[in-house]
This record gives sequence, C-alpha cells and structure tokens, in this order.
Amino acid sequence: MSVPSQDNAARTGLFARAIIYSALILFAVYYLLPLYVMLVNSLKPLDEIRQGNMLALPNQWTFEPWRSAWSTAQIGVSPTGLKPYFLNSIMMVVPAVALSTVLGAQNGYVLTKWRFKGDNIVFGLMLLACFIPFQIVLIPSARILGLLGLAGTIPGLILIHMVYGLGFTTLFFRNYYEAFPTELIRAAQIDGASFFQIFRRILLPSSGPIIVVTVIWQFTNIWNDFLFGSSFSSVDSIPITVALNNLVNSSTGVKEYNVHFAGAILAALPTLIVYIVSGRYFVRGLMAGAVKG
Amino acid sequence: MAITDTAKAAAANPRATLQDWLPKLVLAPSFALILLFVYGFILFTLALSFTGSKLLPDFSTWVGFNNYVRLFNHPNWIVALKNLAIFSILYIFICSVLGLGLAILLDQKIRGEGVIRPIYLYPMALSFIVTGVAWKWFLDPGIGLENVMHQWGWESFSFRWIKEGKMAIYTIVIAAIWQSSGFVMAMFLAGLRGVDNEVIKAAQIDGASTVTIYRRIIIPLMRPVFLSAFVVLAHLAIKSYDLVVAMTDGGPGTATWTPALFMQKFTFGRNEMGMGASSAIIMMIMIFSIIVPYLYSELGGGKKQ
Repeated sequence: MSVPSQDNAARTGLFARAIIYSALILFAVYYLLPLYVMLVNSLKPLDEIRQGNMLALPNQWTFEPWRSAWSTAQIGVSPTGLKPYFLNSIMMVVPAVALSTVLGAQNGYVLTKWRFKGDNIVFGLMLLACFIPFQIVLIPSARILGLLGLAGTIPGLILIHMVYGLGFTTLFFRNYYEAFPTELIRAAQIDGASFFQIFRRILLPSSGPIIVVTVIWQFTNIWNDFLFGSSFSSVDSIPITVALNNLVNSSTGVKEYNVHFAGAILAALPTLIVYIVSGRYFVRGLMAGAVKG
Repeated sequence: MAITDTAKAAAANPRATLQDWLPKLVLAPSFALILLFVYGFILFTLALSFTGSKLLPDFSTWVGFNNYVRLFNHPNWIVALKNLAIFSILYIFICSVLGLGLAILLDQKIRGEGVIRPIYLYPMALSFIVTGVAWKWFLDPGIGLENVMHQWGWESFSFRWIKEGKMAIYTIVIAAIWQSSGFVMAMFLAGLRGVDNEVIKAAQIDGASTVTIYRRIIIPLMRPVFLSAFVVLAHLAIKSYDLVVAMTDGGPGTATWTPALFMQKFTFGRNEMGMGASSAIIMMIMIFSIIVPYLYSELGGGKKQ
C-alpha cells in the first residue's frame, strides 16, 4: 500500500505532514533513548553517573568501563570480564544456526515439493513446536543432556538450540518454497534430476532472501537466549546473556553502572550489527515469508 | 497407503525406491528430534506433574492432581497469573495500536523512511537481558529518570514504580513494549504494502477521504496481521521470563512474578519439581489454547485454496 501518494499528500496538506513527521521523530527519540543512555553512561566515570545527569554527555570521557566490562570485571567468582562468555556464545551460535538452517531448508523442500500422505500433520506438529513454553521441556532436557554426557557443555547447548529452532526454520523455508513453481521441479524430474540435484541446482540458487531471514532470526534468537543458557550451562560454557545478568545483578560490591552499560552494549553488538547491515533485508523477508504463514 | 505403493515400486526399480524414500529420510531426523524433544518431553513433564518429585524426578510417589491443587492455592501463583493478565493485555493492546499507528504514519511516502524504520526495529535485535539492564537503570529512582528530572529542577517529580510492589509490573510492560512494538510495526507495514492499489484508487475516485479509506478499507484488510501479531505477542507474553529476571528478578518481594518465573523458582530454587512441572503444564495449556485454533485455521485455510 503506498497510494496516499503525491495527490493524496497534497490533499493532506503541509500541516498534516508536519504532524506526521513530528510524531515519527518523537518515536525515533523514544526508541533511541535507552541506547543513548547506555552509550553515554558507559563512557563516564562512576562518580559522574551517581552525581550527574543520566542524559548529559560525559564531562570526562573514559573507555575504562568498556575495558573493564570486556576483560576485567568480576563475573561470578572470576574477574575475567565478558570476553570468555562472548566467545562461548559465538561457539554456540554458529553451529546451531548453521545446522538448524540447513535442516530447515531441506524440510521445507520436502514438505512443499515432495508431499506425502500426512505431511500436513508432520508440518503441524513441527510448527506447534515453535510455540511451546520452554519451561515445559527444561526438566527432561536437563536429563537427556546428562544421559548424553553433554550436560553443561557447549555442544549440549548447540543441540538444544538446534532442535528448538527447527520448527521456525522449517516454517520459513516451507512458506518460501510453497510459492516456488512446482512445474520447474517436475520438469527437472522428467529430465532425470535427482532429489538433491533439484534442491541444489534449482531451489538453493533462488533461496538467498529466505536464507538471510532464517539466519538472522536464528542468530538473534540463539544469541539472545537466556533461559537455556542459564539452565544448561556450567562455568566454562556460560553464554554472554547469562554472564551479563550475573554482572549486573551480582549483589556484592559497588554497582558499577558504567561497566553494566558497556557490558550490555557489548552483548548486544553482534545482533545490532546484523540488523544494521541487513535490517532492510529482514523486512523484505518478513513480507515474503513469515507474515503470509 | 504410500508404503504399499513404494513396495510395488521397489520390485520394479530399486533406484526409484531410494528416490521415493529419500524425501522422508531427509525429513525423518528433524521430525524424530521434534517428537522426542518436544512431544516426548511434554509427556515426561506431564507425568512429572502428577508425582511428588522434589529435587529430582521421582516416579515412585504419585499424588494425582495434588500439585495442581497446591498450585492454585499458592499465593505466588495467583500473583503470577494476575501479573500475566495485566502484562499481556497492556502489552498486546499497546503494541498493536502503536505498531499499526507507526506503520500507517510511515507509509505516507516519508522521506527518510530508510533511516526511521531501522530505528524503530532495532530493539527487537536486543536480548531481553540487555533491554532489562537499560530500563532497570533508566527507571531507577537513584540514577535514572527521577534523578534527571530533579537535576533539571523539577524537584517534586517522583517515578519509583520499579521499587513499588503495586506498580513494578507496569515498568516491565513499558520495557517490553519498547522492545516489541517496532516488530509489530514492521508486520503491519508489510501488510499495508501488500494492499492492492486499485482498491484504494477506486475509493479515492469516489471521493473518500484518507481517514475514511484507512478506517473502512485498509484497517479491516489488516485483520490477518492483527491475528498474527496477537498470536506472536500473546505467546511472548506467556513466556516472559528474561526481562523480568533482568529488571526485577520477581521483586520487590514477589510483586513481579510471572508463570515462567514461578516455574523456574519452584523447580530449581525451592526443589518443588512436581509443582514446577504442573505450572509448566498450565502455561502450555494457555499457549496452546491460543495457538492451536490459529494454526488449525491457517493450515485448514491452506487446504481450501
């Protein structure tokens, strides 16, 4: 819908447009304010936050809170900063996103182009799995990770994130491939192309947008996860979100707000960068895939 | 049956058989994982909710519905349910209104849309923990908003909801709306961009005003988006956990407990695994009573087409 175009714009008039722009800018300020607060206060010494104004720019600029949050702040029992946990998160996210995306693509391909009796039930069950409250699987998940010898390890977290991401990745690819002309597949089949050849040569080359959407979705969800991270990690597999929460909510010592803010931005940085780089893509993908679900 | 068909094909051509089975073989591992990790685990938790398990799963003492009875007589669970009601009603309503409103404003051939849209959308990229940290300190009377107003000379200004038992849940609503409304805006914007131009041109020719076009034509067309947004937001609300942990950790006292927090605290903090399991089952029933009809109509609708 983009019709209220020039003629319409003229009709709504300058005054109306001024109001529209003011409202839009006001909301932009509202959405930016918390980020601004975090950023300016992460660059102030602690006294200045306590005595000064949270919205003011730093009088005395310092990068010390950032250094501290990254490499020396006390998290749990060790003064390591967020760095090791950041690395944990990367080692967890990359395989989990890759596996769930690859499997989701194949599932979507089968569910749209190789339909079989009962495929709707299979898809329905996978789809419903997206929406379960994860609390319901916490206790048995802890058990099975223990049985597999993966309790408190990064591979254990990868397994959990991969499994509980499958519903969404399958949904995305299924919706995308649904619109892909089945005649092309049939023609390739008649030409003798195999199941995987069709997937690789025909579907994959045109899957760029949905792969981007799926990867962004999975990456943000897994990077930002707190529940599984806090339930299934041990000292050397704690992900960044859990470490950040430990940093901020540890009850001992002085509350170093500036370090908390720097840490929060550090934890948010990877997903923020993904959005800045490909946010436009995300909205486009949302239109193509998810909304029409 | 598909199986007998493939069996016949097997006799005719072994290679064709493999090709017939391949799709199912490719799908099978994912489906098996989901059956076990989702549906198997739900059954496990369901069984657990009828046992007297404390620290560890214990299937030797069956207590019937006792855990559910205790659950609904427990003041903390009642607080959690009330909070969930307040939270989800405000969260869903305000996010939808804000999302639709911003999408409509942004759909007026706005110069700089490419700059504004990502600004609205970026909070969704953040972890609830990060959002929680930002809002926890921003709303903290000592260093946050209240302090800012005092610095600016408004000495009587007071905003300490986050420290007040009755109001703390609303601060979580504020932060959650900040986080999700941009996403809802994007959903509506996608919906608005999908409306057929011809319909609107026709209405314009008939002399309908912009307001009328939106009220009578475009907003009714957004019905599916409202539904999707409702489903997405409702299930996020029922699952709300991280944000509460980061902002108040359930406090002050038990004022901001939610069902998800209750489950966690009872299962892992108080070693009441049986009750924790029963609370998780209730959460699932709440979510499924919203999601299942939605998915059923979506999939059913797909079949009709």
